[in-house]
Amino acid sequence: MIEVRNLVKTFGAFTAVNDVSFSVAEGEIFAFLGPNGAGKTTTIKMLTTLLHPTSGSIRLDGLDPLKQQNEARKKFGIVFQDPSLDGDLTAAENMEIHGVLYGVPHKVRRQRTEELLKLFELWDRRDEQVKKFSGGMKRRLEIARGFLHTPRILFLDEPTLGLDPQSRNQLWTHVKKVNEAEKVTVFLTTHYMDEADRVAHRIGVIDHGKLVTQGTPTEIKEQTGTTTLEDAFLKLTGETIRDESASSTDMMRQFAKMWSGGKR
Amino acid sequence: MRAIYILWLRELKRYARSRSQVIASLGQPMLYLLVLGFGLGSVFQKAGMGSYLQFIAPGIIGMTVLFSSIFSGLGLLWDRQFGFLKEMLVAPVPRLEIMIGRTLGGMTVSVIQGMLVLVIALIVGFRPVSWWHLPIAIGFMLAISLVFAALGVAIGSSLQDMQGFQLIMNFLVMPIYFLSGAMFPLAGQGWPLKIATRIDPLSYGIDGMRAVLLGSSTFSPVLDIAVLICVGAVLLVFGAYRFSKIEI
Repeated sequence: MIEVRNLVKTFGAFTAVNDVSFSVAEGEIFAFLGPNGAGKTTTIKMLTTLLHPTSGSIRLDGLDPLKQQNEARKKFGIVFQDPSLDGDLTAAENMEIHGVLYGVPHKVRRQRTEELLKLFELWDRRDEQVKKFSGGMKRRLEIARGFLHTPRILFLDEPTLGLDPQSRNQLWTHVKKVNEAEKVTVFLTTHYMDEADRVAHRIGVIDHGKLVTQGTPTEIKEQTGTTTLEDAFLKLTGETIRDESASSTDMMRQFAKMWSGGKR
Repeated sequence: MRAIYILWLRELKRYARSRSQVIASLGQPMLYLLVLGFGLGSVFQKAGMGSYLQFIAPGIIGMTVLFSSIFSGLGLLWDRQFGFLKEMLVAPVPRLEIMIGRTLGGMTVSVIQGMLVLVIALIVGFRPVSWWHLPIAIGFMLAISLVFAALGVAIGSSLQDMQGFQLIMNFLVMPIYFLSGAMFPLAGQGWPLKIATRIDPLSYGIDGMRAVLLGSSTFSPVLDIAVLICVGAVLLVFGAYRFSKIEI
């Protein structure tokens, strides 16, 4: 379902993704693990047409996201790592725009919006502006929105960041459900190794832009001679802490916080 | 088509919900209209040019439409920053439709702003030569908003963050306003200023509004509308191209 060959992305002198190749079969849940700044999000951005690779090839369900952008975009849904909601609109309106953009028919849209907002306990607050929501509620809304249409491939970029255990449990149960019932291929990243161990069929570990290893959770543990995925991960990627430099977007957020006074 | 509609609606909803912004954005045109309109009135009259309020009102309406439409395009920067741009860019909708929806929304909002200023001008004493000309004046507002909403999208797609914003404001938006003849007649300047004012697309928009509202103009209203539509079309194509190239 996802075929990646020799993918490279450089930003100036810095190589964010360095010759990465992997494939994800249809109906598989694939976890992409790595420390901060390892190249996970850059890879997802290239897979989802937001960024052009420097070199290498990508196929999503046989489509080239570089040349057949719109056809490729129809195949997937994505929950981003950082916020992507419109704070001036209400929860229901955010869901509606998403549904319209993805061509979900009116009736299905209303019905699924209700189901999903109830599932993620946002139904009572559906007519409130999103900017009044807490961090956890916004996160839940993003996830609910990601499930509004049924894509062939679902990208989840650190979906559980900032979620309480209840919501996390709800999320993974739902991911497993759509994966089993509708054969949706799932490509996820997370920093919680226990989640990856529990949900993923296969795992790829990336560090410094290079794919270190891939295989089932059991294979990876056997490979490294460890009992938990966390230990295996530390053994593969070392114990030094990584720092990501602040991107221009982060700096702009700071700037906006100073000047907008929460206008949006 | 539905994508264009929903993104147009989004712009209107955002506008309707930011009441403080609506009022704030009317403050500046009111200041110009009232202080300059009445302040310079007697000097203008002595120079034999008639009422300055009559003269400046179409200019201030043009200014309002200029600011409002160019900022709607630059609003892409906010969408980029708050992440909603990503949501739009990964959607299975041609980017052209997304750009058109946003631009139409921005145009609608700026024409509404322009009409609000027109109403204020009417309240403080501005009188058009004929009330039947008001719809044509609104047509000119629409043409002005097309030019600058498209320009705003082109710039908003090219900037990565807010740091370029002041630069755009001081070296593009303000010159467009000051060189447009919004505040002074376009006839009788030296050649450098004459050339500069003829390059500025807003000159034609304001001249066109003066033609229909006051019955006197420097160029012909047909030339005015033709220039606006041509420049608007070119900028729209350019804006759509820049928008299609956005990477995050």
